[in-house]
Amino acid sequence: MTSNLVSGATGDWEVVIGLEVHAQVSSNAKLFSGASATFGADPNQNVSLVDAAMPGMLPVINHECVRQAVRTGLGLNAEINLVSVFDRKNYFYADLPQGYQISQFKQPIVGEGTLRIDLPDGSSRNIGIERLHLEQDAGKSMHDQHPSKSYIDLNRTGVALMEIVSRPDMRSSIEAAAYVRKLRSILRYLGTCDGNMEEGSLRADVNVSVRRPGEALGTRTETKNLNSLRFIQQAIDFEVTRQIEIIEDGGEIDQETRLFDTTTGATRTMRSKEDAHDYRYFPDPDLLPLVIPKDEVNELAAALPELPDQIKDRLTGDYGLSAYDAAVIIEERETALFYEVASAGHDRKLVANWMTVELFGALNKSGQTLADCNITPERLGGLVGLISDGTISGKIAKDVFAVMFETGGDAASIVEEKGLKQVSDSGAIAALIDAVIAENEDKVAEYRAGKDKLFGFFVGQVMKQSGGQANPGMVNQILHTKLDG
Amino acid sequence: MPVDKTTVAKIARLARIHVPDERQQAIATELNGILLWVDELNEVDTENIEPLASVTGHSLPMREDIVTDGDRIDEVLANVPASTGGFFVVPKVVE
Repeated sequence: MTSNLVSGATGDWEVVIGLEVHAQVSSNAKLFSGASATFGADPNQNVSLVDAAMPGMLPVINHECVRQAVRTGLGLNAEINLVSVFDRKNYFYADLPQGYQISQFKQPIVGEGTLRIDLPDGSSRNIGIERLHLEQDAGKSMHDQHPSKSYIDLNRTGVALMEIVSRPDMRSSIEAAAYVRKLRSILRYLGTCDGNMEEGSLRADVNVSVRRPGEALGTRTETKNLNSLRFIQQAIDFEVTRQIEIIEDGGEIDQETRLFDTTTGATRTMRSKEDAHDYRYFPDPDLLPLVIPKDEVNELAAALPELPDQIKDRLTGDYGLSAYDAAVIIEERETALFYEVASAGHDRKLVANWMTVELFGALNKSGQTLADCNITPERLGGLVGLISDGTISGKIAKDVFAVMFETGGDAASIVEEKGLKQVSDSGAIAALIDAVIAENEDKVAEYRAGKDKLFGFFVGQVMKQSGGQANPGMVNQILHTKLDG
Repeated sequence: MPVDKTTVAKIARLARIHVPDERQQAIATELNGILLWVDELNEVDTENIEPLASVTGHSLPMREDIVTDGDRIDEVLANVPASTGGFFVVPKVVE
């Protein structure tokens, strides 16, 4: 395993990272009101009088949001707390009309769990989950519409969020990005959050500190509201460098909340009051404790889909794929399903190769997605089948693939139509070889005199004569017999 | 005394309530009286007793995940001092 230590001017430092991820629950309605939870409506259209915190309005919890939180907990191998409690987290901000956020403080709905992260070098590592709780999202403020005013839209106010808190188990920005990528993948498999980071459905607060290896934890900073994997990595890397410099210069780290500037890649102190963290939590008197019957948890557990780790184990174990290929294929559920269908009955490794190299390459280039491109899983499987049974060579297959991608159609018909079938008739190949030998008598003499390198030349000539359709294995074999024999 | 004048000033600030300096000591004294009285509850032995959340025996009522509300901008904005284009308009709050 490679070392994650960062070297400073005075020696090595260990980085300690914990993440709080806010994931918007996929639901029709909000956590405590009947207003729509969808994105993109006109300002304040999806707002009920509960969300606007009109006096006397009472919250009523959305059963499906509870079930989504339980599903997520199960997907994170976490303890489900059959009794949990909603608390009020008190603070004043223009986009929080209640003056408090309904959240869960002492008794969250989900307790400790684990998440397995997949690292770029193919290794995996377990990261501890401390808890998951349900809470309300806040509204949205727009500060750039008016010189002295802010505009407030409460559409997002009261939408259900899951706050998922990790243990401080990560040791590099790469591990932190791998954690978010895996968490996003699991949420999407479960269907409990759409994972759309651009729209803010998934955002992370990163806690970062540094210490000398083996020593006690250093003072941490929290950088808020990062909505892309790249920003998460940038913010962590910036904090690590900043903290090491301060400590090495004899300074101390302030425990504080910081903001990330997406244009400069730097973090800066949030200009907030010293008591911003004094939230005066207390149990919300409007809400009784949330009690989930054990039977309901069992029912949700039984209906859980196969998750990325299980699929990855099958791909690397039963199918013999590399950890890297498997990780690429399983990240999105649609891709994993595509692969399962495409590779059924075919060479699993070869299909994985064609998918991750040719298909993903073509998709990247054209900007299409797996769902809307011309290649169906059956068609990709069919193409690989033609390679496996010797009907076409890998080289010809690339041409066939290009036609399939461009115009649709299945590999067998394209091969048939364009006459691309590989020539595996030994008589025909021998005839081609004889012609090449006859035309290049001087080179044959050189070869036989010991210039072995010329063998490739002959192969090339024969393949060229055949229009690329001669079976390369047979060309090699017959050439050897004729030249060496 | 558990609550002093400084604590009163802090709580007042957090709650955005204006408490004039000359009132703070008096309020601290009042709050301490209340807290001492509530403290008497600590004399009851609650070892091995589950917290009681409701005396009625009700459990938390739940809703189905159906959109039943919203689309009432006029009512939502009925009391606002200022609005434009469907937004609430407030003094600039920017970090």
